[in-house]
Amino acid sequence: MIELNYFLLLSGILFSIGVTGVLIRRNAIIIFMSIELMLNSINLSLVAFSSFLGNITGQIFVFFVMTVAAAEAAVGLAIVISLYRNKETVNIDEINILKR
Amino acid sequence: MPYYTILFYIFAIAIIASAVIVVTAKNIIYSAVSLFITLFFIAGLYVLLNADFIAITQIMVYIGGILVLLIFGIMLTSKITEVELTTSNLSAVPAIIFTVGITTIIIFVILTTKWNTKPPAVMTETISQIGKLMLTTYLLPFEIASIVLLVALIGSAMYSRKIK
Repeated sequence: MIELNYFLLLSGILFSIGVTGVLIRRNAIIIFMSIELMLNSINLSLVAFSSFLGNITGQIFVFFVMTVAAAEAAVGLAIVISLYRNKETVNIDEINILKR
Repeated sequence: MPYYTILFYIFAIAIIASAVIVVTAKNIIYSAVSLFITLFFIAGLYVLLNADFIAITQIMVYIGGILVLLIFGIMLTSKITEVELTTSNLSAVPAIIFTVGITTIIIFVILTTKWNTKPPAVMTETISQIGKLMLTTYLLPFEIASIVLLVALIGSAMYSRKIK
């Protein structure tokens, strides 16, 4: 029988994969994808808790997390596109305007 | 073995495999397609967990909205005609040490905590329960979420506009 543990372990592994993606990739769009993976793993654990405890509140939190994720993706991609227009790259090692 | 268990294992393996491809693929389009597969199977897990409303929202918001936006971003920022879509990795060793540490801590905490081991509660009509809660207890966060979306819309339109 599948218990709460299994869902939480899957969610933890997915979160770690997302953290790895943010740390090792240098493309801004792939970093966004890894952030979406991390948000999805959190959503998965919230829904698992909600279902196993019989309390619907977890699913409402998931709804709000999705709202913020959509806003984050829109603003982040707008920033990436305007950076690409100025610097012709999305490699975050070359985007170091604040360092100089 | 019941169907529930078989489906869970199929979904879990597909999610982990495609998430690894998202992170490691050299071609950025492959990453986007694997992200699509990951999100789709996570929606399948939501259905297994009796969260039908969240599963539909996942498909509509993530796959229909965010993923299309990401693919537009890829097409606007990479030269598709060239092969210059590959991205380099950097500082892999400290990153992997850090990640292994985090993973160990998370798995240790999950395995050593005494979770509630009751079988999942049978829930019916989650949509009406979510609707009632969202218009009574969580009314203020609901309205703030709409303001957040409006501000994000205006802000992203302003950022990506051509500066005169």
